[in-house]
Amino acid sequence: MALSANADFKTRLQAWLPKLVLSPSLAMVLVFVYGFILFSVYLSFTDSRLLPSFGWVGWENYSKLWRLSHWETSITNMGIFAALYIGICTVLGLGLAIFLDQKIRGEGFIRTIYLYPMALSFIVTGTAWKWFLDPGIGLENVMQSWGWTSFEFDWIKNRDFAIYTVVLAAVWQTSGFVMAMFLAGLRGIDNEILKAAQMDGASNWNLYRRIIIPQLRPAFLSAFVILSHLAIKTFDLVIALTGGGPGRATELPATFMYSYTFSRNQMGIGAASATIMLMTIAAIMIPYLYAELREKK
Amino acid sequence: MRSFLKTKTAIALALSVTAGTASADGHGGVEVLHWWTSGGEAAALNVLKDDLESQGIGWTDMPVAGGGGEQAMTVLRARVTAGNAPTAVQGLGFDIIDWAKQGSLANLNDVAAAEGWDDVVPAALQQFAKVDGAWVSAPVNVHSTNWVWANKAVLDANGIAVPETWDDFVAALETLSAAGITPIAHGGQAWQEATVFDAVAMSVLGPDGYKAAFIDLDPEVLGGDGMKEAFDRMGVIRANVDDNFSGRDWNLATAMVINGEAGFQMMGDWAKGEFLNADKVPGEDFLCFRFPGTSEQVTFNADQFMMFDQGGDVSAEQAALASAILSPSFQSAFNVVKGSVPARTDVSDEAFDACGQKGMADLAAAAASDNLFGSMAHGHANEASVKNAMYDVITAHFNGEYDSETAVVELVDAVEIAQ
Amino acid sequence: MSVASQDTAIRTGRVMRTLIYLVLLLFTLFYMLPLYVMVVNSVKPLDEITGGGMMNLPQVFTLEPWAKAWSSAQIGVEPTGLSPYFWNSIKMVVPAVAISTVLGALNGYVLTKWRFRYDTIVFGLILFACFIPFQIVLIPMAKMLGLMGLAGTTWGLVLVHVVYGVGFTTLYFRNYYAVFPTELIRAAQIDGAGFFQIFWRILLPSSGPIAVVSIIWQFTNIWNDFLFGASFAGADSQPMTVALNNLVQASHGVKEYNVHFAGAILAALPTLLVYIVAGRYFVRGLMAGSVKG
Repeated sequence: MALSANADFKTRLQAWLPKLVLSPSLAMVLVFVYGFILFSVYLSFTDSRLLPSFGWVGWENYSKLWRLSHWETSITNMGIFAALYIGICTVLGLGLAIFLDQKIRGEGFIRTIYLYPMALSFIVTGTAWKWFLDPGIGLENVMQSWGWTSFEFDWIKNRDFAIYTVVLAAVWQTSGFVMAMFLAGLRGIDNEILKAAQMDGASNWNLYRRIIIPQLRPAFLSAFVILSHLAIKTFDLVIALTGGGPGRATELPATFMYSYTFSRNQMGIGAASATIMLMTIAAIMIPYLYAELREKK
Repeated sequence: MRSFLKTKTAIALALSVTAGTASADGHGGVEVLHWWTSGGEAAALNVLKDDLESQGIGWTDMPVAGGGGEQAMTVLRARVTAGNAPTAVQGLGFDIIDWAKQGSLANLNDVAAAEGWDDVVPAALQQFAKVDGAWVSAPVNVHSTNWVWANKAVLDANGIAVPETWDDFVAALETLSAAGITPIAHGGQAWQEATVFDAVAMSVLGPDGYKAAFIDLDPEVLGGDGMKEAFDRMGVIRANVDDNFSGRDWNLATAMVINGEAGFQMMGDWAKGEFLNADKVPGEDFLCFRFPGTSEQVTFNADQFMMFDQGGDVSAEQAALASAILSPSFQSAFNVVKGSVPARTDVSDEAFDACGQKGMADLAAAAASDNLFGSMAHGHANEASVKNAMYDVITAHFNGEYDSETAVVELVDAVEIAQ
Repeated sequence: MSVASQDTAIRTGRVMRTLIYLVLLLFTLFYMLPLYVMVVNSVKPLDEITGGGMMNLPQVFTLEPWAKAWSSAQIGVEPTGLSPYFWNSIKMVVPAVAISTVLGALNGYVLTKWRFRYDTIVFGLILFACFIPFQIVLIPMAKMLGLMGLAGTTWGLVLVHVVYGVGFTTLYFRNYYAVFPTELIRAAQIDGAGFFQIFWRILLPSSGPIAVVSIIWQFTNIWNDFLFGASFAGADSQPMTVALNNLVQASHGVKEYNVHFAGAILAALPTLLVYIVAGRYFVRGLMAGSVKG
């Protein structure tokens, strides 16, 4: 009896084991991610300021939020930043990967150089960029001292252009990583298909356009997930590079959220902005993930 | 009964500190959250640490720099939420009041009474150290923010005397500009612009108007003609900074004055440290004077250490720390290094240089004549939300996003949303 | 360099190749630029920097800033330099990376080889967790850590990093194992191998490349994290980034930029080392799986 019960237990354990193994991670995610999201949504309807408090105020935080020109600036900046950052990183990453895939001498070395920015924290590379972009001491100054006196590059000091310097530094940090992802994708493509197509007289351009790039679809997925995640979380960079300035010209939702929640003691408004951010992310990511994940079955 | 005994020990300990006798077996220690990590400040804080250690009280250091304390305040919130508050935390102005209202701070009245803090700390400063009649934090210093720093050689070479009025000042700016020198060294960060605005608004509105606008938040004054005039003057200042000001750290702006690239800088008294580090002598190489039109007033901010409630009464270690902070010897030693002036008005000015002595005299005079006001730019006029809302408008105006008329309207609106 | 020697079927002409080399060289310069600024300024005396020559090569070469950043710069009240914080970071990063990688591997294994109803939804839930902004979790996380008695400890920090890293490691391993032949697993099952035996004997031995990807990603993110480290560490477990921040952000006082840059490079050395040592396996790891459906 004991034996059969034991065997029975073992099979059942085997059947349950996979779910059992998965459950700690799932539990962690449910509590520490989704639980916290719900908490944050709840806070957005309360009068929380310095610390969470639970006086219900309805939609007041949201209506205050939309009256803030500061919030509009950060939303607009997010649009510009995310579009350019994701776009440029993808194009640049793919381009460099294709170039690097042409049996380049010293590829390993070049690859490491392209990748290393990802290893550095923006707490200080931000300062290096800030100096480099500063017209008084950086590129503009160097160019002028080399005799090109009409050279001008003062974007970081210009309210309308400063956001593009944030894009520049962000692209610098991640495009190498994206390059590596595409390079890996390129290396995974079966050469036989390409050779066959070449036999048929396809040009390089057509090879890439018709055969290779469509096959990189999974790499595009990974790149998109990682880049959008980084775009949303861009925070250190802005703080180090421009501090949100000139004025408030380079404020992003992440810095807005932080500033209202922690520096300005308006946790309710901070939570409201976080809720809107999360809704937006969900609206973009869920259909995309759904489409990508479903297809594979 | 137990708490009574604890209080007794606290006072005994506190008294023994002032008497200078090292006693107490300090079983526990203090954990101090602060953002003083630069060389001079940290060295000065080390004096405090040694003092406590000589009494057998251990010092656990918890430095978190960044954003003039903003980073440390974020950390503090996490620590308090986790039920793990540090013993003592560096704090500024309204942050202290906010934490006291949350009921997080310990009551230091016994130490304060034993040492007579009420008599030696200026009333304007007590507003930020004493909440609902209870001392909750120990003030370290008073910074005053309406200073102008000038390169004496540059001024002399251009025949400029210390400007007394706004018109003098504008004339001086024009002279410098014509001579090809950047008239004003400025760092384009919101808090620096607000620091300048503080002084400008004080000179336009006068002390009563300043109080009505920034402390009482009277929409009439915030949206009034005086405020518009203040914004106009900010426009004049904007026209007299170099093109490259945006995002510059304040100390780099100070360096411009030191090197003679620029004539003036409006900055708090911490700028003095930069001059001294460059081996400049106050009165000979550089000048310090109040912003034109504010010679009687002092706008201030003060660093303090809030004592967090560790359950029940103030602990013996906290009492010892508070007492050590307020001791005249520490107040003098620390503030000589920091550029600020002591938080108590009975400290000898012997160890201070010319600018420090002037600062101490100004502070005492302003305190006596009701001309001492918390600085809006440094969180001593209103809570963080209002302060930052004002920053938004001031910096947007300074960077050309608003004209003065729009700025005034936006200011009223922003303050309303923030409240 | 087995990755580098991979054969491509694409052939290019000489002009094109020259052009390609030129472009690659140009971008090499672009990527090196900030490092140049940092390195050059870390070996200069301070007056050369404040004198305005921030982009110039040093006139006087000195390693003083490096020594200072490491062992005598002011971080808190005592001039300890960055060295004590280095070990705090190691003590936190190693377990956090190990645990999150192991969890990711197991999750990926279950999600691809032991599929069940709604497994895609579970994966979706875990994946979407990657997008949560850290700013909103700070306060509730502090509360949870306090309740669990982990506030101010290294283990509390490890927990936080595992929680917010597991989404990525699961993503990497899931995509990697997805293309692993399921027949091998079925065969092993028929032979009576259990859940962990199959993982241990069949999947794990070939997981090297993707483990490298996961480790690099996690190591970099956790090592460079500032917000969690500052908020949840105790006084004796503050990580390197907090110390670096204290060094760089010192509010009032002389900014020793040369020391700052030296400190920044020192703080980045472990991650740089990981990239250089493991970098050659990195593309292979990505290639072997993470970008394949």
